[in-house]
Amino acid sequence: MTRPTLLLILALVITVPLSLLAGRVWIDPFHPAIPNATAILMQLRLPRAVLALVVGAGLGASGAAMQGYLRNPLADPGLFGIAPGAALGAVLSLYFGYAAQGFLLPAFALVGAGSAMALLALIAGRDAGVALFTLAGMMLASLAGALTSLAISLSPNPFALSEIVTWLMGALTDRGWHEVAIAAPLTAAGIALLWTARRGLDALTLGEAAARSLGIEPARLQWLMVAGVGLCVGAGVAVAGIIGFVGLIVPHLVRGLTDGRPSTLLVPSALAGALLLLVADVVCRLLPMATELRLGIALSLVGAPFFLALLLRMRKGLA
Amino acid sequence: MSAAIVTLAAEALTLQLGTARVLDGVSAGFLPGEVTAICGPNGAGKSSLLACLAALHAPTQGRVTLDGAALSALPAQARARAIGYLPQAPEVAWSISVETLAGLGRLPWRTGAVEDAAAVAAALAALDLGGFARRSVATLSGGERARALLARVLAGRPRWILADEPLAALDLAHQLALLGQLRVQALGGTGVVLVLHDLALAMNHAARVVVLDAGRIVADGPPEVALSESVIARVWGVTARWLGEPGARALSAGGGIDR
Repeated sequence: MTRPTLLLILALVITVPLSLLAGRVWIDPFHPAIPNATAILMQLRLPRAVLALVVGAGLGASGAAMQGYLRNPLADPGLFGIAPGAALGAVLSLYFGYAAQGFLLPAFALVGAGSAMALLALIAGRDAGVALFTLAGMMLASLAGALTSLAISLSPNPFALSEIVTWLMGALTDRGWHEVAIAAPLTAAGIALLWTARRGLDALTLGEAAARSLGIEPARLQWLMVAGVGLCVGAGVAVAGIIGFVGLIVPHLVRGLTDGRPSTLLVPSALAGALLLLVADVVCRLLPMATELRLGIALSLVGAPFFLALLLRMRKGLA
Repeated sequence: MSAAIVTLAAEALTLQLGTARVLDGVSAGFLPGEVTAICGPNGAGKSSLLACLAALHAPTQGRVTLDGAALSALPAQARARAIGYLPQAPEVAWSISVETLAGLGRLPWRTGAVEDAAAVAAALAALDLGGFARRSVATLSGGERARALLARVLAGRPRWILADEPLAALDLAHQLALLGQLRVQALGGTGVVLVLHDLALAMNHAARVVVLDAGRIVADGPPEVALSESVIARVWGVTARWLGEPGARALSAGGGIDR
């Protein structure tokens, strides 16, 4: 195991228990005076923390893989159009009022993510280069975004409208073991697929032609990317809504600790993504506001200035 | 040239890209232990021929053979172990060290950390890059960078090195140094095939020159023959004279002629 991996695991080992104690109701581990402390911990905070770790790990790993695949530090897992596809599925379930059934919203979101993945897979392996393939993903993203807006504008009643808008912001509020059971296996499978793509991503450091001369099969790599990113992002959106910027920021936070190859970035990015989402969720929980700040909004508030700073630093590096 | 030792060969290659016939019936065999230069004017199909030899382009007709078997039938990993390819204007996407860059050449092997590290160290030493191992590729000068990129190819210990204009953007001293290093590889038994623009360098440093024009081979042989003044006049449309002694020829170009 590498040093950044160990450091991040250590940070998680410290942060996870602390995060369980923090919230509207603080729990003192030594004098659990609150009567239903166990229920709060086991039924509310633990599943929420686990979900933050799972979703964050998926977003972090897909972000690292996407940046490696596109050889671009500004790439984001949303570029493939899978997250907007999943969001469209979820929004449709809210639009039709199915979401009262707990499992239907995630199911719709997963179908949306799966459809986006299937469309991408149709394009993948057809001798489409990285750039063309990504453009196809961006077209999918804007199509799904337009259809989502259409569903919002046609929403049958103000309740559905408010549900859709709130859900789109992304949050981990009131999630339970149910959502963990959906997201964890899918995310684990996605990260495993991205891990098998690591050598291909390393080879792409040298460009597409050199990567192929090193024995990398571009069609297989495209499949692994679609399936890996799709599972991670689709599962994340299905249980938490759209949470932006994690996949973009996290690889930058850990890249300096690695030797620069995408393969050495995957695991640290997954761990750092998990850590970032966990901490951000705790902060949202603690902020003294009338309603809890939505996680997606909080991360975008932090993420946008970070992104700007990154752009400025890159411009300075080029000058 | 005996046919028995020809191990990498283009057999009647035709490459059609859209409406353009980039290669048109190209047949050429390459010899291990020899530096072969592919020369020709812009758009003659030099890079396309090299890409076909590296199995990066699938020819429309004809085939490339390695040790008598079709290259396209070979598993990607076996092909990657046999043939090291250096693209034109190679890119390096991330800020990685010279050592890490050279290590990417081990991707088709992965025979074990110790052996990989030894191959990387040997490649760096062969190119006099030992002191640069930890330097970021982004901070290297053009000449150092060209050597680091070649070290990536050498680290894979290929039997064939195919390089597309490896000397572009290098000054004369670095061009000569890099060519010298490629010749050392050839002396060790590696087959070296280069796309070269500089005819004087091809004349002085290649054992054999293949001249392409409009997708066809128009001359193939020792440089004195393949790059004769009449060939240069016919293919490049330039009246030119070779000056100096064999091995230290200089090209004196008089000017363009109407063809």
